[in-house]
Amino acid sequence: MSKEPVAVVGIGQTKHVAARRDVSIAGLVREAAVRALDDAELTWADVDAVVIGKAPDFFEGVMMPELYLADALGAVGKPMLRVHTAGSVGGSTALVAANLVAARVHSTVLTLAFEKQSESNAMWGLSLPIPFQQPLLAGAGGFFAPHVRAYMRRTGAPDTVGSLVAYKDRRNALKNPYAHLHEHDITLEKVQASPMLWDPIRYSETCPSSDGACAMVLTDRAGAARAPRPPAWMLGGAMRSEPTLFAGKDAVSPQAGKDCAADVYRQAGIADPRRDIDAVEMYVPFSWYEPMWLENLGFADEGEGWKLTEAGVTELDGDLPVNMSGGVLSTNPIGASGMIRFAEAALQARGQAGEHQVEGARRVLGHAYGGGSQFFSMWLVGSEPPDA
Amino acid sequence: MTRDIAVVAFAQSDTLRSTEEVSEVEMLMPVLHDVLAQTGLKTADIGFTCSGSCDYLAGRAFSFTLALDGVGAWPPISESHVETDGAWALYEAWTKLLSGDADTALVYSYGKSSPGSLRDVLTRQLDPYYVAPLWPDSVALAALQAQALIDAGDTDERELAAIGARSRSTDNPRAQLKGPVPQGDYLVRPLRTGDCPPIGDGAAAVVLAAGERARALCERPAWIRGIDHRIEAHSLGVRDLTDSPSTRLAAERAGVFERPVDTAELHAPFSSQEVVLRKALRLDDSTRVNPSGGALAANPMMAAGLARIGEAAARIHRGESDRALAHATSGPCLQQNLVAVLEGDPR
Repeated sequence: MSKEPVAVVGIGQTKHVAARRDVSIAGLVREAAVRALDDAELTWADVDAVVIGKAPDFFEGVMMPELYLADALGAVGKPMLRVHTAGSVGGSTALVAANLVAARVHSTVLTLAFEKQSESNAMWGLSLPIPFQQPLLAGAGGFFAPHVRAYMRRTGAPDTVGSLVAYKDRRNALKNPYAHLHEHDITLEKVQASPMLWDPIRYSETCPSSDGACAMVLTDRAGAARAPRPPAWMLGGAMRSEPTLFAGKDAVSPQAGKDCAADVYRQAGIADPRRDIDAVEMYVPFSWYEPMWLENLGFADEGEGWKLTEAGVTELDGDLPVNMSGGVLSTNPIGASGMIRFAEAALQARGQAGEHQVEGARRVLGHAYGGGSQFFSMWLVGSEPPDA
Repeated sequence: MTRDIAVVAFAQSDTLRSTEEVSEVEMLMPVLHDVLAQTGLKTADIGFTCSGSCDYLAGRAFSFTLALDGVGAWPPISESHVETDGAWALYEAWTKLLSGDADTALVYSYGKSSPGSLRDVLTRQLDPYYVAPLWPDSVALAALQAQALIDAGDTDERELAAIGARSRSTDNPRAQLKGPVPQGDYLVRPLRTGDCPPIGDGAAAVVLAAGERARALCERPAWIRGIDHRIEAHSLGVRDLTDSPSTRLAAERAGVFERPVDTAELHAPFSSQEVVLRKALRLDDSTRVNPSGGALAANPMMAAGLARIGEAAARIHRGESDRALAHATSGPCLQQNLVAVLEGDPR
């Protein structure tokens, strides 16, 4: 049976900052939603359903906040679905929304993800001790640093690669008006001189804590025909999960990530991702995850990812630009971070990315992951609709 | 609808006041084994897995990740999670099957209310700036609704007592409260203990399958003829608490009113809420309401709604129903409601 093609016709996000003390959670999400609707030139009445995602409720201290947010998002009288798949949630939320259109349950769906981290403290939200189980070690950095070390040992990557990624992403962020960190005086030397937090991860190689929201309007073929600006078309999308901890897990390049990418490429007819994909927005909360994911996603052979980074392939003007927006390293409202990757991919495919637009980007991958590198969600969007 | 999708198996745990001796995963595992055994499927055969749970019950972030370990997600599986009752996980899985991305789905949900004080915990789902700081608890909010119904002449305390008594006269072996239960003292006027659900820990799971796959897995599949859910405004001050327009609209969209249903499994944690739902769903005495005992007999948070769908489906599997309605709710005073219509093949 055939699926309805899914188009992204509206994208909106907030200017991400450390603390949005001027708005409530409702005010924050509404800002992104209104911008997405404005972009699509639609009103609240045009929306059939709302799909909302965010990371753990403890990050704001509100249990199931979608209940309280129903009014602010124009959802009263409509279906409202709440998704939570850890750090990958922003991507998963978009995929759940897209599936409502693909399955022809709804024509036009508003999807939104947010985090207002200043309402609470994410470090504590992640560090609740559980008897007989290993707690996340002093936040996410403590958990991921050993896997970065394993990658370096396995591939022989020089210890300068991480700082190159951070330097690139922070410079890209300067071209993105919505990015949280705008470090106008950034230099490679400054990144390399920043304090060591979780060896080998330095302060400037980590993501900030942001308040922010991201929204998209997804619609069917008829909705796309009415869209005022070029839509981005979903060419493939998938989610994969694997257990947190078990003896067979490859924490450096998880099987779930490989399987997820393979499924997306199959749907989109991508034979050689390095050749067939023009740009990538990937979830890189710590700089070293760029070379790691380049391998996991099939853009480089095993052990070769860092060479692409080192050769400048992933620069904004490189052969395979990665994280044109500045990425998670420059903006991290956790629950929204995955959706921002998906939305940035769509912006690129629509040719609407402004100063950080990659010339001629026609097929762009959006990627998100979460938990202990165990939840993956990805979509590939393009400037042309999928083959009928 | 282009594709027929059915509930082909249902399993649930006992609902217990306290399960200190088992973790969430240990509580869930027998239910997963049970529901898979009913179909002969293994984790690797399942096309899509979706679960529902809530971090605030467990008291820690990412509580659902450990349940995934219990599912046995290796090789990696296509999987998702809603931070809501499992009925909404079932809805997500239904759309996944509808789009043709999968032919089978495992849906599960669970919740342990025993680690905390549930009445206090549930206040944290209210408007965080204006309402939650006052800590209005779930029973107090339900009592406001009950009083509004009594004031409107829609019910009285005697009718409410009868609903409680009927619910607990169930022969459901999984029910937490069974047999004659006195209406009890006032908990929050006008609600007495008998009008309120027991607090319990529990888990539920169903397997969905599409088309011929469903017929191969189940002798009499419970076909989902329609399913829809709607949400209302959050603030109680702007809602008519004696009505449930979201339930009525969801029921319309699900096709409830096209033909009578013989069974209705309603997720009404308070006796007064059954009165609201009966009105919204236009149920009369020809429909058997909550033969399982409903939420007044067992109300495991995040699993009670999925269990309503499972109970309705199981009656169709057993040939005790031909067309059943299942309902799930989320939020204070029936804020969000899901309605499904299930049918068995003609006998």
